[in-house]
Parts: sequence; structure tokens; C-alpha cells
Amino acid sequence: MSIDFLYPEYEVIRNLDRCILCRACERQCANDVHHLDTDIDRMVSDDAKCVNCHRCVSLCPTRALKIVKTDHTFKTNSNWTGESITEIYRQAATGGVLLASMGNPKDFPVYFDKVLLNASQVTNPSIDPLREPMETKVFLGKKPQKIERDRAGKLINNLEPNLELSVPVMFSAMSYGSISYNAHESLARAAEELGVYYNTGEGGLHNDFYKYGKNTIVQVASGRFGVHKDYLQAAAAVEIKMGQGAKPGIGGHLPGTKIVGDISRTRMIPEGTDAISPSPHHDIYSIEDLRQLVYSLKEATAYTKPVIVKIAAVHNVAAIASGIARSGADIISIDGFRGGTGSAPTRIRDNVGIPIELALASVDQRLREEGIRGNVSIVVGGSIRNSADIVKAIGLGADAVYIATAALLALGCHLCRTCHYGKCNWGIATQQPELVKRLNPDMGFQRLVNMVRAWQHEIKEMMGGMGINSIEALKGNRLMLRGVGLNEKELEILGIKHAGE
Amino acid sequence: MKRIYVNEKWCLGCHLCEYYCAFANSGQQDMIKALKDIQINPRIRIEEQNGISFAVSCRHCEEPLCVKGCITGALTMHEGVIVVDQSKCVGCYTCILSCPYGAIMPAEEGVIQKCELCMENSGSPACVTGCPNQAIIYEEREYV
Repeated sequence: MSIDFLYPEYEVIRNLDRCILCRACERQCANDVHHLDTDIDRMVSDDAKCVNCHRCVSLCPTRALKIVKTDHTFKTNSNWTGESITEIYRQAATGGVLLASMGNPKDFPVYFDKVLLNASQVTNPSIDPLREPMETKVFLGKKPQKIERDRAGKLINNLEPNLELSVPVMFSAMSYGSISYNAHESLARAAEELGVYYNTGEGGLHNDFYKYGKNTIVQVASGRFGVHKDYLQAAAAVEIKMGQGAKPGIGGHLPGTKIVGDISRTRMIPEGTDAISPSPHHDIYSIEDLRQLVYSLKEATAYTKPVIVKIAAVHNVAAIASGIARSGADIISIDGFRGGTGSAPTRIRDNVGIPIELALASVDQRLREEGIRGNVSIVVGGSIRNSADIVKAIGLGADAVYIATAALLALGCHLCRTCHYGKCNWGIATQQPELVKRLNPDMGFQRLVNMVRAWQHEIKEMMGGMGINSIEALKGNRLMLRGVGLNEKELEILGIKHAGE
Repeated sequence: MKRIYVNEKWCLGCHLCEYYCAFANSGQQDMIKALKDIQINPRIRIEEQNGISFAVSCRHCEEPLCVKGCITGALTMHEGVIVVDQSKCVGCYTCILSCPYGAIMPAEEGVIQKCELCMENSGSPACVTGCPNQAIIYEEREYV
């Protein structure tokens, strides 16, 4: 087609007074945006190829570059926005489903930002975490229903297997394949250093990473890629993935071009074949079926590891969670609609699922009403952005949170949302060796550790302010939360009062 | 003694080390003023071929051939760092020919130049602090 209907979304602005022609931008752009025009002795750029990942901007030694959103515009229209129009052009040109990456970027309410935390004044003292002990350790798994004693009156250990976390934060599932070897190594080493867990996603566990087994959660998803006995036994916990927040109701598709070398071996599928994870588990059509898989996995791991069931936050999430809590699962993980992905159909990502705050509050409420909250721990993900989100999530009833987008940001991701191109300039969502090497795990792991440690300090500060000295005392403590600008129904679902009440 | 070590596994071939080196040794305060519209002549160079790249600069050998070969005493060892006194150098280039790593090169001023670990500049090598991927590191290792 000779007519291109699309005007570049971003423009590369180069300050020629600052450019020293070092060509770092040219060498570092996998999208070939920049090149040196030797005729005019100037760097030039092709805006149409730019994905706005900021690799060139970050590496430019003289800060000669910046990326701006184009001010080229269609006639102003509140209904037919520029985005809507260009999407039509793209589909008219290709006939394809629109693809997108990372979490839902649309302007839906972020309830975490409409919830405020309490602090102590006068009547109950706040606690200074620098001077007094402050506990951020949590345990995930079933809690015993009663205390049992033997004939001599001694306590019988009736504890189910639990996961111990030094901070209520875990790195959520991202498969080897969707992210690079170096990204995985960074996550695994950071989890070990921090005393938390990372999750393999549905991509199997690379041989090199078995040594991080005690900090690894292995995933069993609908494609069952990479699942075998050693894989299950190497881990600290096993997660059954029923759904993903970014794309509830649909499966996954890692293109054959990415199934090379170690990835093919780790997934246990031939090189070059597409890795297609079906939308449903074909052996799970009911809670009873789920129970069978939960117990198969427990059997395979000799009842020594907790089993997690991960679901996307959807409309009937409370009823579904109630079923899962009765299926024998030890931990329910709920992924909100802002959760990230390496690739999803745009329409699904942007229109399916519900906010994690509402899902969490309703699940916690439902399980407590039914008296089965102690059967399971609740882990939430789907855009936990900072330590305040964690404190609020725990106040709403979560036991811990899963983070992935935040973890990738710590590794250098700039949220350009083009993971599905496979040419991540930051060495994260790519399998091209020359790009993968851009993420040095020695640096990546340290940045992850720094971020979580910083959050841990902040969590302690916030808890101290509330006069609370352990995460357990914050859990489900909705009196510590107040809503602002929320309507009656939203407050009712969140189970919190409005500010001022 | 701390030396510069290079790990080609993490070298991206971005050549930024060369520019940070040239800037550090320019005596200027501003990188743009120092490097705009000039052909740089850095003391560290990226070698690259077939997708493999790594930086090469003076290894500060314990038994340096360049110092041995220097006919004027311009090259000396100073607490392990091999430094050049450009006022003594006559530009015979014996050191350039004898360095097995190709880490000494002619300077703009006609004599020679080499990496002196930024001892006279900031005290810590600019190539190391400027490397975006820790492919160049400055540390104490057992000398082999």
C-alpha cells in the first residue's frame, strides 16, 4: 500500500547543539530509529519506528535527546479520538487483531488512589520503626482451625505447609520466553536475597535456576509447558494458573520464533513450534475438577508444598474464590485488570476484568462471611505500584501482594508496551542475545533488592504511624482505611467508611 | 592494586566508554564543549567483530614492556600505575610497538598517550562509571 494513514505517535527531538555524534543512540536502538547521515554529518531519526522506550534518551551522554508525543492531530472529537481512528486504520491495513502489552492503560478509576490511611494522634501512640521492633514477616497457606493436644497435653503440630515471606511481596509469574534469561536470573537472585519468592510463569524452570528452588513458585498452566516431577519438587510452592488479569478468559501464545534453544528445552516443546496455552484447562470444568488437580499436585509433592490457584479478577470473583477455598488450595492469587502481559489482544486487555481493589474486598468479605477465610491466604496483583498500595491491599484483606510490572520497571522497563514486538531495548522482553545481554543480572538483582527494601522501610513507617507493629495486625483492618470521592456502593464493596466518618 | 577489568559478556558495544574517556582527559568541564565537532582520540577502545565486543585499555602490567622499552624514561610505574611524562617523551613509539595489547597510542600533541586510570582526573576511571552495563569494572584482583 502506498498510502500510510498513520502519522508517527512519537517524535524524537534531538538538540543538535548538544549532540556529539557518539552514535550511542544508533547502536542501542533495536528499532533502527537513529542513523548517522554522513553527507550532512548529523544524526537523523525515523520517528515512525520509535516505540518510546527511552533507551537512547537514557544512554545519551549529553542529554541531547527527548521523545515527545506528536501534536499532529485529527479534528477534535470526544467520541472518535485519535486513538480510535488510528486503530481502525491499522486494522483496515492488516485485517488483524490488535495486540498490546503490559497492563490496561485506560482511564478507569484507581481505587488505591481514593483510599487514605489512618495515623495515630494523642490517644494511641504511633511507633517509631527505627527504635522499636516492627514485623513485616508473613506466612502464606492454610491456618489451623483448632489447637490439638495429645494425651499428655502437648501441642500437636497440625500446621499445613506455609510459605514464609520477610516482606509481603512476591514477584509474580512471568515465563522464561516472555522475559529473558537475565531477567529471570535477576528475579530469582533478588527473591533469594530478600527471603521472598518469584514465579516461573508457564515456561518451565531453566536448569540453571533449580538452585533457587526454595525461593521459586512453579506454575502449572493450561498448556502444561515445562511441567515434570523435578520441576514440581524443586519449588517452594506450586501455582495453578486459571486466569491472568490482563487477559481473563483467554490463553497465551508464544510465537515459534521465540521458542529457540533453552526455551524449547525448558518448555519441553520442539524448537520453532508455537507455544499455545489454551483458554481453559481442558481438564477443569468445575471446582471438583480443580480439586482433582490441586490434590494431584499435592500428591506429586508429598503434601509438603502449598498449592496456589491464580485467577483473574472478574465479575463473580467472590463466588469463584469461595469455590477455590473449598477445593483444597492453600493460597488464592487474584490478578486485577491492570495486570501486565507480554502480549494480549488490545480489546481484551482494555475491556475485560475488574479492579483488584474491589475484587479483593469482596473476596475477603465473602470468605469471612462463610467462615473459610482461614482455609486460604489471599495474594493480590494487578498493579501494585508502591508500598502504599501494599498497605492498602493488606488493610483490605490481602495476605501479600504479587508485583511484576513494578519489578520490570526496577529492571529498566520504561513501559513502552511493545513487549509483543520481541525487540525490547532493555533486554527484558526479548530473546535476541545481543539485546538480552543489556540486562546485567548483577545490576538487575541489586535494583530489585533495593526497591523491595525501600518499600519495606516505607511499610514500617506507615504501620508505625498507625500504631501497628506487625503486618498481621494490619490485615483486613479496614478501620485504618477511608475513602475519598467514592459513592455509597463503592464504599460498601470496599467495606470502608468515607473520610470524615 | 585496583585495575580495570573488562567482561565482554556484558559489553554492548555502545562505545560510550570511549567518549567518557575522551571527555575525562580533555580537561574541560562540559562534555559538549569538549567533544562537539571533534574526532575523539580515547585511551580506551572498543574492539568488535561478529557481535562480540569489549573494551581495551592499558592493563598496567606488573612487568610492563612499554616501560622497559622507553628510551627516555618518560614511561614509569607509579605505585603500580604506568604513567607517561609527556614532557620527556620524544615520540619514538617504541612503547606503541611493544605493547602486546595495543593500549598505547599517539596523542594529538605528537607524543604518546595511555590510560592512567583517571588518577589525575577524578580519581576513578570515567569509563567504569560511564559504562551502562558494568562491563568495565575497577577492582582489586589477584594479578595473573
